[in-house]
Amino acid sequence: MPVDAIANIVLSGLLTGLVYGLMALGLSVIYGVVRIVNFAHGELMAVAMYAAVFAFALAGIDPLWLLVPMALAFFAVGYALQRVLINPFIRRPEHAQFILLLALALVIVNALLVAFGPDARAVQVDYALDSYEIGPLLVDKVRVICAAVALLACAVLFAIFRYTSFGKAIRACADNLLGAQVVGLNVKHLYALTFGLGVACVGVAGCLLSLLVDVTPGLGPAYTLLAFVIVIIGGLGSMVGALAGGVLIGVSESVAGLLFTPSAKSMLSFALLILVLAFRPQGLFKAR
Amino acid sequence: MNRSHVALAALLALLLVLPALLDRYLLSVMILILYFAFVGQAWNVMMGFCGQLSLGHALFVGLGAYTAAALYQHYGIVPWLGMLAAIAVCVAAASFMGWLAFRFGIGGTYFALLTIAFAEFTRIGFEHFGWVGGSGGFFIKVTQQDHVDLFNLRGHPALFYYFALALAVLGFAVSAWLLRGRLGFYFRAIRDNEEAARAAGVDVLRYKLYAVQISGALTALAGVFFAFYYNNLFPEQIFHISRSIEIILAPIIGGIGTLFGPVLGAAVLTALSEGINQLLTMSGYEVPGVKQILYGVALGLAIMFMPGGIWPVIARRLGFQRRDAGGGDDAG
Repeated sequence: MPVDAIANIVLSGLLTGLVYGLMALGLSVIYGVVRIVNFAHGELMAVAMYAAVFAFALAGIDPLWLLVPMALAFFAVGYALQRVLINPFIRRPEHAQFILLLALALVIVNALLVAFGPDARAVQVDYALDSYEIGPLLVDKVRVICAAVALLACAVLFAIFRYTSFGKAIRACADNLLGAQVVGLNVKHLYALTFGLGVACVGVAGCLLSLLVDVTPGLGPAYTLLAFVIVIIGGLGSMVGALAGGVLIGVSESVAGLLFTPSAKSMLSFALLILVLAFRPQGLFKAR
Repeated sequence: MNRSHVALAALLALLLVLPALLDRYLLSVMILILYFAFVGQAWNVMMGFCGQLSLGHALFVGLGAYTAAALYQHYGIVPWLGMLAAIAVCVAAASFMGWLAFRFGIGGTYFALLTIAFAEFTRIGFEHFGWVGGSGGFFIKVTQQDHVDLFNLRGHPALFYYFALALAVLGFAVSAWLLRGRLGFYFRAIRDNEEAARAAGVDVLRYKLYAVQISGALTALAGVFFAFYYNNLFPEQIFHISRSIEIILAPIIGGIGTLFGPVLGAAVLTALSEGINQLLTMSGYEVPGVKQILYGVALGLAIMFMPGGIWPVIARRLGFQRRDAGGGDDAG
């Protein structure tokens, strides 16, 4: 296999991986602060993907124009979810939280199935087949745009946590919950904001992925698993880890598609996950 | 002999004569109930007694099913021996997974995700495992249904009814024995407070491993039943995460950690699901997914409003005694 072909594949995996990273970042942020594993993560993203597909099919709206409205809408959805459904479960045992979100995921994915059927749907923008030529490399235009947007979204999220006062408050909740309560922070509100931010990541990632893959209801659970794999490899709760893990999985998936049959590609991801859990359970990018 | 013993004996007697009273359809529903009661009980050993959440129990069903089916189909080894092999394979898988996780004290969220990872890994592996048909599926030869061949587990649905009943009784007996014995007390000590259990001298790693192994061994038997009852195995179906979720529904709705919860949960859920099926068929609105939505709603409502499950509520009403405060109700 020629070197530049391999380089092409690795690069395309890296770009897709950045979008995966954004999705996983949402999961990681939620876990890092609220300590809840969002089992409906991929399912929520499938909702965003369907929204993008229908906006395109019915009104011809490019998914890229939807990014900001979708982020805001999903932020609201996440806020409401946390406030109404999840907050009563904060003090419940872990398995109860799991099962609640599992039930939510089950409802979402099957509602999509009932509403839209099992057929794959796609967004065909007119620049879908364009590509850039950089030396020997040939890169899809769509993939470059998606990766750039994903990076930008991550940067915005980092900035929110680092520079805004409510970002600081959220970090305080994550570092020391009791202390945060003592100084009078409204923890319920902050948790809901965090969940909203995490779900907004999924809204943006869903818009982007609708440009890269065909949408089926089955993508929901598949992406939930993928997000788990990524955040555990990167380290649950670590923001940099989620992004790096996303890139790692994106590259490993495309390389696996090259080495084995494409249908076996996620086997490598799960193997990586098992190895990481076995030898470095805190994740690759997180101090113990 | 107290009230609950009498009730249990009466239930068992009823279950023994039931095939004579039911038509084929209702018999198949009863088989499903017994099957889910059994796998639920097997899962409950790990989660309900020992506090280790597995969301990948389809792994053990699938491994057990494929082991016995492949030995039968390729080498003509009877399922009764195949069962032992299935148990061996599942105990090995359980030991490996448990050892990997518990060695570093991986618990809770991480452990649950690890179980999913193992099941998914194995699913994709089997889809590319040509010896057992890969994703094209693996099939066991079907014979005349009215000729009962106990030795090879071939024959009439009534045979499978009694097989499933035997399994359900076995699961119940193992759970009852666990709840009474020393092992069960160690399990529950670990579930309720791992650090305290360790401080009290319980070898936490070893007993957690025992819990996973017992659960895996029991679930292997469920897999063997599945293989010979349905006669076809597809990795996409048997290892799929939705199968793992199906397994945990009954004990959660019935009552985690209780002896009778998985049985009751299986009965309620299967009746509910069959009822929904009938309703959907009658209304002519047979869209895939509707049933799962209702499952999701039932699961959500159950965990929101009846966190302990249905059984503890009913048991109190019926006046069966409660043995321990940890939710371990006793029905027998």
